[in-house]
Amino acid sequence: MRPLLFLLRKEFLQILRDPAMVRILFMIPIVQLVVLSNAATFEVKRSRMHLIDRDRSEMSRGLVDRMTASRRFEVAERSDRVEQGNLGLMRRTVDMVMVIPPHFERDIVRTRGAHVQMFFNAEDGAAAGVTSSYAGVILTRYAGELGARLQPMTALAGARHEAPPGRGQPRVEVRSRNRYNAELDYRHYMVPGILVQLLTIVGTLLTAMNTVREKEAGTLEQLNVTPVSKGVFIAAKLLPMWIIALVVLSIGLLVAKLVFSVPMEGSLLLVYAGAGLYLMAALGIGLWVATITETQQQAMFVNFALLLVYLLMSGLFTPVRSMPEWAQWIARVNPMMHFITLMRAVMLKGAGVMDVARELGVLVVASVLVLSIAVRQYHKGAH
Amino acid sequence: MSEPGSPVVVRALSKTFGKTRALDNVSFEVRPGELFGLVGPDGGGKTTLFRILATLMLPDEGSATVLGRDVVKELWEIRARVGYMPGRFSLYPDLTVEENLTFFASVFGTTREAGYELIAPIYRQIEPFKDRKAGALSGGMKQKLALSCALVHRPEILLLDEPTTGVDAVSRREFWDLLGALQTSGLTVVVSTPYMDEALRCQRVALVQKGRLLAIDAPGEVGGRFPGDLYAVRGTPRHALIGVLREFPHAVSVQPFGDTLHYSDARTGLGVAELTAELATWTSARGIHDFDMQPIEPGIEDTFMALMGGVAE
Repeated sequence: MRPLLFLLRKEFLQILRDPAMVRILFMIPIVQLVVLSNAATFEVKRSRMHLIDRDRSEMSRGLVDRMTASRRFEVAERSDRVEQGNLGLMRRTVDMVMVIPPHFERDIVRTRGAHVQMFFNAEDGAAAGVTSSYAGVILTRYAGELGARLQPMTALAGARHEAPPGRGQPRVEVRSRNRYNAELDYRHYMVPGILVQLLTIVGTLLTAMNTVREKEAGTLEQLNVTPVSKGVFIAAKLLPMWIIALVVLSIGLLVAKLVFSVPMEGSLLLVYAGAGLYLMAALGIGLWVATITETQQQAMFVNFALLLVYLLMSGLFTPVRSMPEWAQWIARVNPMMHFITLMRAVMLKGAGVMDVARELGVLVVASVLVLSIAVRQYHKGAH
Repeated sequence: MSEPGSPVVVRALSKTFGKTRALDNVSFEVRPGELFGLVGPDGGGKTTLFRILATLMLPDEGSATVLGRDVVKELWEIRARVGYMPGRFSLYPDLTVEENLTFFASVFGTTREAGYELIAPIYRQIEPFKDRKAGALSGGMKQKLALSCALVHRPEILLLDEPTTGVDAVSRREFWDLLGALQTSGLTVVVSTPYMDEALRCQRVALVQKGRLLAIDAPGEVGGRFPGDLYAVRGTPRHALIGVLREFPHAVSVQPFGDTLHYSDARTGLGVAELTAELATWTSARGIHDFDMQPIEPGIEDTFMALMGGVAE
């Protein structure tokens, strides 16, 4: 045990002395959380609308008012011709075109139903989808107000389809409530995921860099001629990074709570248990990278290549269920995905141990597997 | 065969990297308390040999023991008793002089204080800079710190791989004075160097080239292995003289040494006067004047050059 203590003391001496390291520890959690959780959002802040109001009635004005009052839409252009609206879409001066047909008010009064036509710029399909669903919600609400059916004839630019106004069809009212994130605050959903991504970067990248640095400096060779065994060396490399990553997590959780008011519904202990397990896999990957590289630069490149796949296949930015089948399989063996699921479940839903038992199980298997592969590889590399 | 207690015994050691034969059937022994030198050009196999002796690398064939222990099977017992200094500076540049020393003492299960007596003559020279980062030391001071770190656990044998490469002349001399003092105190030291002047300070040297051991002897005796007679030749202009001598049909080797040329002839049993007359005629016919020629004792470098030439062919 004593050699391990001496090695650990040396590691902490080096880590704390490195000014870059201290900056990484405190700056990365704050910067990543603030920047990413605000930037990486699917929310569409305000869509610019090209308005073609051919009815010019009270009801058509009412609709436009409801749209703009939601602050999701603003009227950027007006005209009488659809061609003008298309031009706006083409030139990107507007994000959508809304056409209110003549007799809009009359139709509502007579048939209790009317059409509204909308075109969206679907270059960014996700944004167009979100905007169109916002518009749909406003239409439904307005129709409810008027006691009429207002049916949007939604057409994503280029592919328009029109549905005939339904007459006398039974009305089905859907009342939905969003649970666990009632306000649909996107950041509540993102922050737990970003915390996981943080742990991954700290755990994997710093471990790989720190270990390969000994190779680069030749100190590994000097250490190999001492009675220090490889097991002790690896433990002394991984343990400090494990602790540091948990410190980073703590800072991140604090920022999440204080800055974003992200709830912590479940047990903090469960979050740390998951993090502790997940980190073993992350550190293992870092160690493995260190065994197959010779310089810090190489380690950095390999790490970034790995992290990119890792992140994209984790469900952090895109839901796993919308991936093709083969990608879902990759995601399923990605410990990061399971840890993100666990974090979101515990933080937002207050899930208990039994609710995330599957995720915990996967993390145990992954950490044991990854770590033992990395250690074996390390032993093979050095005599 | 081997003397009892030989600190290093190497038997028919071979190591191959891809197509390169780094060590080719190498055998030698180091005697207790000896300052043993491995001399030869870069890429000759010295570092491979050190890495095998330091238990960092496995040999392909043959065997080696250090302090009576097998480098493959008993590596942990060797590691605790050997002081090893790799060719490249391998201490922690971001730790101070004192922290490096403390660290290496601690991983050997000892303390800086316990090993102080042995390292004192060396460490005292760098002690004024003990709070300086090791990475900020000069080349000579780095080597002294590395030697201190290799000695702090009181090893029974020192393995030093080119300890003075990249170090200034004054520091080199100081470093070798320290090695001499260590050897006098009874420590066995195996050291490699590409410099012939350093080889002279060893008790015995082995010439290593292209993975083969060419000769093992006291540096003074190595000269005796020179094949044939050797002459120091002068003449002006000197740069022309080299070419003229090399064109001489019986010339075996013509090597510049300081302000003279060392010449050896293919024929044996030729009188000095006879050869001198022959060469004087040959050179003066080709525009050389002030010709002068004296027989000399071959030194270690002459032998090495001659042996190397043999391997090259």
